[in-house]
Amino acid sequence: MHIAEGYLPPVHAAAWGVASAPFVVHGVRALTREVRSNPESTLLLGASGAFTFVLSALKLPSVTGSCSHPTGTGLGAILFRPPIMAVLGTITLLFQALLLAHGGLTTLGANAFSMAIVGPWAGYGTYVLFRRFGAPLMVAVFFGAFVADLSTYCVTSVQLALAFPDPGSGVPGALAKFGGIFAVTQIPLAVSEGLLTVLVMRLLTQSSKGDLIRLGVLAGRTAERHEGAAAR
Amino acid sequence: MSRNAKINTLLLLVVAALAVLPLALGLGDHKEEPFTGADAEAETAITELQPDYEPWFSPLYEPPSGEIESALFALQAALGAGVLAYYFGLRRGRRQGAARAGAAGTEATGTEGVPAAAEADTKTGIGTGTGAGIGADAGTGTRTGSDSGAGAASGVRAVDGRDA
Repeated sequence: MHIAEGYLPPVHAAAWGVASAPFVVHGVRALTREVRSNPESTLLLGASGAFTFVLSALKLPSVTGSCSHPTGTGLGAILFRPPIMAVLGTITLLFQALLLAHGGLTTLGANAFSMAIVGPWAGYGTYVLFRRFGAPLMVAVFFGAFVADLSTYCVTSVQLALAFPDPGSGVPGALAKFGGIFAVTQIPLAVSEGLLTVLVMRLLTQSSKGDLIRLGVLAGRTAERHEGAAAR
Repeated sequence: MSRNAKINTLLLLVVAALAVLPLALGLGDHKEEPFTGADAEAETAITELQPDYEPWFSPLYEPPSGEIESALFALQAALGAGVLAYYFGLRRGRRQGAARAGAAGTEATGTEGVPAAAEADTKTGIGTGTGAGIGADAGTGTRTGSDSGAGAASGVRAVDGRDA
C-alpha cells in the first residue's frame, strides 16, 4: 500500500503531509497522556506497535497473483483509540521508508494518511458500530481489523487516482485501475488480518484481562461491581 | 488440547490456507512475473497512465540487493514478534507468580490481610495492593470485588510492587 518514494507529484505529497500532520501531533499528545496517566499501558502499547511491525512486514500472495501485506493497525485502534495508532503507524512507515526504501519520505504524509489515520478510524468506527448493535466482541474485532486494512488500500487507490488521472476516463478510470491493483488484492489479506487480530485479542483476554477492562474493551463483571461499589 | 488452543490453532490454519491457496491454485500464472509486490504494480500503472512522469525524489538509503532487503524485512518482523512474545511471556509469568503467591498467601495470612487491604483500597483507590493485598486476593475475594481490575491483575500489581 506504500506509495513509493517520489511517486506523488510535489503538490500532492505536500498536501497529504499537511493533512496528516495534525493527526500525528494530536496522536503524540494522546500517547504521552496515556503513558503518563497509565504507566502500565506502556507494555501493551509496545505490543500493539509490534503487531503493526510484524503484519506490515508480512508480504502475502493474493488472489490477483500479486503480493501485498496487512497493516496491523486495527488492534491498536481498538485498544487505544485511533489517535495513538496514528503515531504507531507513522513510526512503522518511517522505519520502512528509511531502512527498506519501502514507501518514502516524500510520500510519508500520504501513506500515513491511509495507513495510520483513515485505516484506524474506519476500523475503530466499525468496531464501535458492531458493539453498539450487540455483536460479540470477537466479531466486532474481526470486522474492525478487516475494515482498517481494506480502507487503507482504498485510500491509497484514491490518492494515486487523484495524482494520476487516466488520460481518457479521468480520475474514476484511474481509480478502477489502482483499485484493481490494491483493493482487490487486499480482500483476502484483510480477512487474514481480521483473523490474526482476533487471535491476538483472544490471547489478550486470557493474559491481560485487567488491562482490557481498564481500556474499556472488556466490560467485565468486576468493573460493573466496582461502579456499583462507587455508587454506594 | 483445550478448546481455547483448538480455536487459536484453527485461526492460524485458516490464515495459512489463505496465504497458500493463491500459490497452490496458480493464480499468478497469467502474469509474466507472478506474485510481484502490489506496490511495484502500482508504479507500472503510473508509468502507463503518465509515461513522462519521473519520480522526483529517491530513497536516502536503498538496500543494495534483494537479499539485504529481505533480511531487513525479516528483521522488522523479528523485532515485532520478539516484542509480542516478550509481552505475552511476561504476562504469563506474572500470572503464574501471582497464582503461586496467592496460594501461599491463603495458608499464611488469610484473615489478617483483609482489613488492611480494604483500608488501603478506600484510601488510595485502585491497585495499591501491598504485601497484605496478596493474602486478601486469595483469602476471601472481598477485595477483588471492590477493585476495578480482575483478581489476577491486582495480584500481579501487588507482586510486582511497582504501584505499591
